[in-house]
Amino acid sequence: MPEGLHESDVKNPVLRWVDQRLPIISMVQREYGTFPTPRNFNYFWNFGALAMISLAIMIATGVVLSMQYSANTQLAFDSVERIMRDVNYGWLLRYIHANGASMFFIVVYIHIWRNLFYGSYKTPRELLFMIGVVIFILMMATAFMGYVLPWGQMSFWGATVITNLFSAIPLVGNSIVTWLWGGFSVDNPTLNRFFSLHFLLPFVIAGVVFLHIAALHITGSNNPLGIEPKGPQDTIPFHPYYTTKDSVGIIVYLLVFALLVFFAPNLLGHPDNYIPANPLVTPAHIVPEWYFLPFYAILRAVPNKLGGVAMMGGALIVLFFLPWLDSSPVRSMRFRPLGRIAFLLFTANFFVLMWAGGKPAEQPYILIAQLATAYYFAYFLVILPFLSKFERPLPLPESISRAVLKHRGGGPLPAGATAKPMEKA
Amino acid sequence: MRPLLTTVKAAAVAAAVLLVPVIASVDARAQEHEVIHLPDTKFTFEGPFGTFDRASAQRGFQVYKEVCSACHSMRQLSYRNLSGIGLNATQIAALASQFQVQDGPNDNGEMFERPARASDRFRRPFQNDAAARAANNGALPPDLSVMIKAREGGADYVHALLVGYEDPPPGVTIAEGMHYNKYFPGHQIAMAAPLNTEGQVEFADGTKATIDQMATDVVTFLSWAAEPELEQRRAMGVRMVIFLTILGGLVYAVKRKVWANLHQDTQ
Repeated sequence: MPEGLHESDVKNPVLRWVDQRLPIISMVQREYGTFPTPRNFNYFWNFGALAMISLAIMIATGVVLSMQYSANTQLAFDSVERIMRDVNYGWLLRYIHANGASMFFIVVYIHIWRNLFYGSYKTPRELLFMIGVVIFILMMATAFMGYVLPWGQMSFWGATVITNLFSAIPLVGNSIVTWLWGGFSVDNPTLNRFFSLHFLLPFVIAGVVFLHIAALHITGSNNPLGIEPKGPQDTIPFHPYYTTKDSVGIIVYLLVFALLVFFAPNLLGHPDNYIPANPLVTPAHIVPEWYFLPFYAILRAVPNKLGGVAMMGGALIVLFFLPWLDSSPVRSMRFRPLGRIAFLLFTANFFVLMWAGGKPAEQPYILIAQLATAYYFAYFLVILPFLSKFERPLPLPESISRAVLKHRGGGPLPAGATAKPMEKA
Repeated sequence: MRPLLTTVKAAAVAAAVLLVPVIASVDARAQEHEVIHLPDTKFTFEGPFGTFDRASAQRGFQVYKEVCSACHSMRQLSYRNLSGIGLNATQIAALASQFQVQDGPNDNGEMFERPARASDRFRRPFQNDAAARAANNGALPPDLSVMIKAREGGADYVHALLVGYEDPPPGVTIAEGMHYNKYFPGHQIAMAAPLNTEGQVEFADGTKATIDQMATDVVTFLSWAAEPELEQRRAMGVRMVIFLTILGGLVYAVKRKVWANLHQDTQ
């Protein structure tokens, strides 16, 4: 073997030649083949892979759609209808793309929920989590700009409302809005740049996803018990165990996706977006897509415009500080009797915000949104920092393998195995 | 630990009690905003296996052609699309040739009129929106291509609107040139009852042209126009769900088998 080549285990001579010079096969084998993974994942650990699949589906359908779409205010609406009627399987591509956005957000919200419940954001995975929040924010920007492209009434008025938020910034606000619009209202230049950015950002997301996964493969995954693997008995190779388990999740995901696309493709959309954009007619209620509603509720909960914008931004920014706000060393909410209640209330509260965000900006919805906003922030800024002061966590299992075997009833355990004192009371 | 849990439970109960008046006032609010209940019309294209009744859609096209198209465009549709409701090429060519459309410029640089071809878009009743407004008391008759998808309530709403004209109830005043409609939000609509006389349209197949029949037919036609892919979409969906269910069973079996070995190893 000539000097300077990578040492490869690949048997096939051609692949071996490649792998010696670019050890990509070795890398995949290491990171997705033998990669030691906690053996006790439940199905909530499918959602990272599902998010990946969602991104791939969105990019694949989006690239094809962009070949038929015209980013011009005079042509956009009709070009979308042309895709629906005259392009071969254009309706399928567009409905997959439109519902794919909803599926992506459903998957990512569950992924984040899993993270918060099992404390995956805690050390040593703080940066992994923060990169994830960056992906979430990029997704929101991408989805918002994508929704503008069909140039329906909600596209236009949604774009107007959301871009106008920047005018709340003191002194430079109005200049920023004009700069974003490329003019003095949402118009053709706005549509053009949104199309450009909507095409660009998914690839930025793909790049950040790579960082997310790179960081994940340094620390390894968290697991439902929230305790680190202590040895090989606690882990299993990613393949075939989690490739098969992820495959089960992927099929269920595709089933839900198919039901939406084929039987209720407009269920999550708004009828007004089938009315061509008209700057002279404002819709009765301007509502964003469902996945923005909780944050929209926070925005409107504050009577002051700048305050509302700051709170909405803060609702996302606070996530970056979460690893340091939560003072409990116990990760999994399974072992936090009080944290669990607070978090389940937080979950219910998130749905309350989502519901309130879809209602008109009037009482009592504003009051409800204000109470829910208060709890949203209280959970991060008050409950998590101080709860551990008086919460007594349940005893943590000694190791993953012991917990798994006990769970499966695999024979008697050595005395005292589960009666170990918890790591910290 | 225990007292804390009790405290949390008490707090939850207190929160629930506090929320009751809020929820009650939500109910009171809902009554201020009038909620219009649409009657549920039975259409053949409802449900996961529904299809468009071709005869009804063809009658509906006749209603559109003889009534609606005086004011409403359907600019996303071409005559050739009518094959989707069962018209053959000869019928479509004959039908299209009834309409004069503008073409050009010709070799002399002039625009000219010619009979429409199958590939032409449905002829629009007005040259532009301003002309449409001028002819309609300032109101713009909306394009009907995707109307069914563009209204809350879809087919049920459009059907209800078409049969929902009646005299205004006592105490309700209607602005000049406006009309009372039970199902239109705000109840004042610029469009006069388009389907107003039994037998307004004479159906070739002998179907009695009651107002409800004409409304049902034209809504069937408009539903097809808004979602011409609907039947293909659902048929594909059924195959997809069956395929994914079988594949899901196999994948789950494989997963169980792979994991069964693991459980044996560790026990």
